[in-house]
Amino acid sequence: MLEAVSIAQNVANEVHVPTISVEPIRGAEILMRALVDNGVDTVFGLPGGAVLHIYDEMWRYREAVTHYLVRHEQGAVHAAEGYARATGKVGVALVTSGPGATNAVTGIADAYMDSIPLVVITGQVPTAVIGTDAFQEVDTFGITLPIVKHSYLVRNVEDLENAVNEAFYLASTGKPGPVVIDIPKDVTAQLCEYRESRTDFLSAQVDAPACDREMLGVALERILTAKKPVFYVGGGVVTSGASDALGKVVEALGVPVTPTLMGLGGFPTAHAQCLGMLGMHGTYTANMAVAESDLLVAIGVRFDDRVTGKLAEFAPNAEVVHIDIDASNIGKIRKPQYPVVADARVALEIMSEMLTSKGATNHRERLGDWWGEIREWQKAVPLSCEYSEFEIKPQQVIETLHEVTNGDAIIVSDVGQHQMWAAQFYPFKRNRQWINSGGLGTMGFGLPAAMGAQIAVPDRQVVAIVGDGGFQMTNQEIITAIQYKVPLKVLIMNNGYLGMVRQWQEMFYERAYSEVDLSISPDFVKLAEAYGAQGLRARTPGELKAVLQEGLDFDGVTIWDIVVSKEENVFPIVPVGGASRNMILK
Amino acid sequence: MRHTISIIVANQPGELSRIVGLFSARGFNIETITVGKTLEPEWSKATVVTLGDDRTVEQIIKQCSRLARVREVKAVTSLPHIEREMALIDVSVRSGDERQEVMSLVEIFRAKVVDISHDRMILELSGTMDKVDTFIEMLRPMTVNEVTRSGCVAINRLSRLMSDEVAVAAGA
Repeated sequence: MLEAVSIAQNVANEVHVPTISVEPIRGAEILMRALVDNGVDTVFGLPGGAVLHIYDEMWRYREAVTHYLVRHEQGAVHAAEGYARATGKVGVALVTSGPGATNAVTGIADAYMDSIPLVVITGQVPTAVIGTDAFQEVDTFGITLPIVKHSYLVRNVEDLENAVNEAFYLASTGKPGPVVIDIPKDVTAQLCEYRESRTDFLSAQVDAPACDREMLGVALERILTAKKPVFYVGGGVVTSGASDALGKVVEALGVPVTPTLMGLGGFPTAHAQCLGMLGMHGTYTANMAVAESDLLVAIGVRFDDRVTGKLAEFAPNAEVVHIDIDASNIGKIRKPQYPVVADARVALEIMSEMLTSKGATNHRERLGDWWGEIREWQKAVPLSCEYSEFEIKPQQVIETLHEVTNGDAIIVSDVGQHQMWAAQFYPFKRNRQWINSGGLGTMGFGLPAAMGAQIAVPDRQVVAIVGDGGFQMTNQEIITAIQYKVPLKVLIMNNGYLGMVRQWQEMFYERAYSEVDLSISPDFVKLAEAYGAQGLRARTPGELKAVLQEGLDFDGVTIWDIVVSKEENVFPIVPVGGASRNMILK
Repeated sequence: MRHTISIIVANQPGELSRIVGLFSARGFNIETITVGKTLEPEWSKATVVTLGDDRTVEQIIKQCSRLARVREVKAVTSLPHIEREMALIDVSVRSGDERQEVMSLVEIFRAKVVDISHDRMILELSGTMDKVDTFIEMLRPMTVNEVTRSGCVAINRLSRLMSDEVAVAAGA
């Protein structure tokens, strides 16, 4: 990096300051200029043959756009996701054709499942040889077709500028999602004028739908008469920035709220009206309240199978109000009595206005009996774990991390048991404080996504919580963090197992532990040191807090190897296909 | 139940595969699919015949509507409509009797003979999918060598009040 900077200074006269051009410029520069015009200052990528022209321009645009050279394309897309999830801005990844594009596929699918705004630019072989099985050719458009919000194969340089502009529009409006722009190498070399055209779109129907105020009003009347209402809120609240509006509405109504895994942070976990997460590993109270409710108010959610369990027994006595920006989510799994296609924030703000104009009513008193039931459940089965004198409990790691970060860190989780413990035991207080791979459940997501998040939000403490399995899927990006001096903090919950699979084998396959043993793993502390990072280990409860603090105090990349009890299980758990009220509690 | 859905989609490479891909990815069935230009050459209309309950059709419409290059999706079959499919049928006629039999079926079904040789005929028929099915079924006692069907196209009737019979009488 230092060497690169000195070279940069020697050829500083080559650095372009983007200006309006009527002179034809090559496709690669059109791309860079369009990126800058769409507000991009950060790109995660890895070069290759098909994107050489683009990288040549990237070099010239290095003042305007910081490129982070990842070590594997999956890392580029997850980092771009982390960047997008932490800020709501569109994340950008740039990869080459063939294997570059296929390596990016997991990240694109991950972003698609969780509705994350991304623009992924893939190189392609020259148009003349497309379809001839050329070197590093793959049908990127075809491979990514089912996992994108939209995609482009740009065959003419004249279409490039518009494709980029439209891609950013599509990725970020309505229900966000990933957009792929596949650009053949020759297109990046062809000349064309840069037109600064921004609105020449063929179809713009992805704009957020207008909220049906009438139906919302009817729904609100129903909410006001419900005896056992529950607000079930998800990722849509986070994406639309609806936290404040949600807070106002539920406080005025005095209703209980349960966030989904994707909705955590959208409503403060510590709020007196928060029942904790619902679903497969949700709290006893949240699942019981949903099971007993007479009105489920579902906002920015899609009735995911990990939430509902056995569908016929999910909120069986409840009518449903369903507010979602995606009309296809409404009625897909559960038919609502009160369907409202709307942006969650818009709908909640209107609801809040409606409530204000109605004047104050003491709904809390009206719901006194309901809260009585809820408080009984909370008392009977709180989230808890028994600490041990001899070994560190994974839940204890999360609680201690919460303590040493003052509950303020952005937590980026990988996928598995540690993800559920983090969701259960780190109380989140604000939107976008919790980042995880919810829909696709991508092991390996955590570390690169945390790097992207830390780059996006340098003033916040970001901590990645990963398992010893997922860590080994993408740990190559540690060196990227080192290279760019990103103070990445990675906490490995090391139980020597693919823990969640082991738990299921223990509970549902008579303890036949098939291919889950990870006791043969690298020495993570030495590995960290090999990368030039700080490696720290804790084995006993007594040293845990000091070790976590030591890593947080270090100005640089830290890898914690936290050795936790090997066979701890995540509770409560709703067995797959079971009714969500039938939780196994311990 | 059978439904006919019409989808106005940008006439651009890859857009049709997006629709077909969506059907297979979501487990929706395609009985027939046809595509052609609309009055505006930059837009095409795809007509898809699918099997499914009302909820499935609702999902198909909503899912297709999410595509960025799709302008309009409607269930043609939810309103009075006209549907037509065309078939080209190659049938062997090994005797005068068989030829007479085919000719009488052609007359009954208002089909056309579009090609003929000593021992074979090519027939053209257009009508509802059911009518085409029935015609082919009636030809089966002869040797049917090849059938090419166009898939169904459909359009909504001008008046929602007019019954099928009245509209047919009016020459529709």
